[in-house]
Amino acid sequence: MNTDFSSSCPISLTEYPYVLLAHGGGGKLMHQLIEKMFMAALHNPILETRHDSAVIVFAHFTSGERPRLAFTTDSYVVHPLFFPGGNIGTLAINGTVNDLAMSGAQPLYLSAGFILEEGLEMNVLWRIAQAMQQAAKEAGVQIVTGDTKVVDRGKGDGVFINTSGIGIIEHSLSITPQNVRPGDAVLLSGDIGRHGIAIMAAREGLEFETTIESDCAPLVGLVQALITGGVEIHCLRDLTRGGLGSALVEIAEASGRTIEIEEASIPVDEQVRGACEILGFDPLYVANEGRLVTFVAPQDAERALKVMRQHTLGASANIIGEVKSASASPSTALGLVTMKSRIGATRVIDMLSGEQLPRIC
Amino acid sequence: MKFLDEYRDGEAVQAMARSLRRLTTRPWTLMEVCGGQTHSIIKFGIDEFLPSNVTLVHGPGCPVCVTPAEMIQKAIEIAGRPNTILCSFGDMLRVPAQVGDGTKPANLLSVKAQGADIRMVYSPLDCLKIAQQNPNKSVVFFAVGFETTAPANAMAVLQAHEQGLNNFSMLVSHVLVPPAMEAILSSPGNRVQGFLAAGHVCTVMGIHEYEPLARKYHVPIVVTGFEPLDILQGVLLCVKQLEEGRAQVENQYTRAVRPAGNEPAQEIIQEVFEVVPRAWRGIGEIARSGLRLRQKYAAYDAEKVFGVTEWTVADSLDCIAGLVLQGVKKPHECLVFGTRCTPERPLGAPMVSSEGACAAYFRYRRMASNRPSSDGSEQRST
Repeated sequence: MNTDFSSSCPISLTEYPYVLLAHGGGGKLMHQLIEKMFMAALHNPILETRHDSAVIVFAHFTSGERPRLAFTTDSYVVHPLFFPGGNIGTLAINGTVNDLAMSGAQPLYLSAGFILEEGLEMNVLWRIAQAMQQAAKEAGVQIVTGDTKVVDRGKGDGVFINTSGIGIIEHSLSITPQNVRPGDAVLLSGDIGRHGIAIMAAREGLEFETTIESDCAPLVGLVQALITGGVEIHCLRDLTRGGLGSALVEIAEASGRTIEIEEASIPVDEQVRGACEILGFDPLYVANEGRLVTFVAPQDAERALKVMRQHTLGASANIIGEVKSASASPSTALGLVTMKSRIGATRVIDMLSGEQLPRIC
Repeated sequence: MKFLDEYRDGEAVQAMARSLRRLTTRPWTLMEVCGGQTHSIIKFGIDEFLPSNVTLVHGPGCPVCVTPAEMIQKAIEIAGRPNTILCSFGDMLRVPAQVGDGTKPANLLSVKAQGADIRMVYSPLDCLKIAQQNPNKSVVFFAVGFETTAPANAMAVLQAHEQGLNNFSMLVSHVLVPPAMEAILSSPGNRVQGFLAAGHVCTVMGIHEYEPLARKYHVPIVVTGFEPLDILQGVLLCVKQLEEGRAQVENQYTRAVRPAGNEPAQEIIQEVFEVVPRAWRGIGEIARSGLRLRQKYAAYDAEKVFGVTEWTVADSLDCIAGLVLQGVKKPHECLVFGTRCTPERPLGAPMVSSEGACAAYFRYRRMASNRPSSDGSEQRST
């Protein structure tokens, strides 16, 4: 047994004797679970980079250039299985492809593990498999290995899917939160909140009429366009459960920098805004499945914006803020995100505490 | 977006702020009653536009915050009964009933994690559908809130009655705004000189029930909306009255509030509920400040249906929620704010609710005071 890992549970059992839904919500409780439980148990230098995908350098290659691989895994439990703009199958491909793309990798091969519930309609599974084939084709990846398990009726929710993926890193950039620097421009690839609201609209029990479709899409093409365009990318992050707000807070904390954004520069579709106003959601924390933020060197900001806007998935891209110099005040040294509101006041952007909606991916 | 963007216009806000500065000659303390207004003020930074001698204190208008811990304990008890589905608005699920010692579940979410069937709903009418779909289960709605949510809750009872649903009931903890305002005005430590009344409550109830309060305590009451420009205009109208020595009920939120309110909604409330004394968390019992189901609808009263225990729950001694809810203290003046009390580990309800003042300060106002460390625990950095 590893001597620096205590045999007693590192999560306070007084506060959390049981796992709560919010432990998987992408917010603070999930971070606490990962840091105190999994990091403590499983720590190693690669895991500790806390990136969307692990970057593995094949050091034992003695001759020539040492290849760098990106490796990631993700599980998909979305309910309902089908929603406007996608389904659990497209999500399972695009989600993993996007995690690989966030290290600047070209995704190549995926695995797919299916946990099926007894009684699932065979036709539903076929539609999901077809959707996965189509999504893989669009993202330029192949599913090369897989696994299938069936559990008793009532012990699953139709289908759960896990996909893992590997990709090759052919650029020489260092794309990590730790590489974010003062002066970096923050670019957002498109309008936010579509996936979360599309799921909500499709979900049983919430009668909300809308035509909003999920933004679910593979971001690899957009990232590769930035790389081949010669943009000096310092960090990439796809926006998922915790939304833009949580992604920026994660990067601010990992880099120890202060990020300042402007509310007016963040595109939000009118219908998504309307839905958020009615339901009391903040679009900053609503889920996305086809949007990214990138931190680029200031001299490359305009070029990056042009490259992104030329791509179909970045047509409404915008520069939303910048990274500030290290502050003299110790209170901001830990990394902070602030936002200038539409009326000109400034507020802190915090990480989502619980979850706005369970099981959205 | 129409009806939003024009009330969040930066230039209009600046112009209103200039008018307010010109008007103000003396220090004034105003209270915004509604938690929705509190969140707007803190989220948009509206208080940054006020003259330095105008102070806004935050009121008791957060339904989740003022729901007594004893009622949450009753909800926990009901949720634990076999074949029962408890439905609630989301915020209510995380509010602590008691200071957790690890032996008993401290809130509804913990009971849910242990297997109770607890569902988050957006409307009480959703519960009727759940009741229809689960005829062998007892479906209970945890009905909290002010006059704003009372009509929909009353409607759920009426529809259940019409449909002959016998597996639906309601745990009622409804409260009323005017008696709470009077309790604040008549307390010895009161510092409130003018009110921004809660716009949406007045959409239902109208503005006339505030007139006796304005006369008796000589206090201006301005019915106010929720957008930045609404709130600034509410403050402006209130300060104008104070500067001129007037104390009247005025309606800033005319696009939503008619003086007589929504009469059919008032009739439904009147039909289903009756006025009773009600305990407010952190404040205590206030006469004629709550609603309960009338005897005619006793079959839908979950307290009677389930014969629940009368609980006594002690609130955390460190939490000053009661003082915050009465406008006596601000959240950051609490010794445990942001340290032992956070949205993940709330000691008091105002740190939980999306309308709670402590949660608003924690989310939007920590630039120089408290910062969370990366592991989710809190530390003081100044």
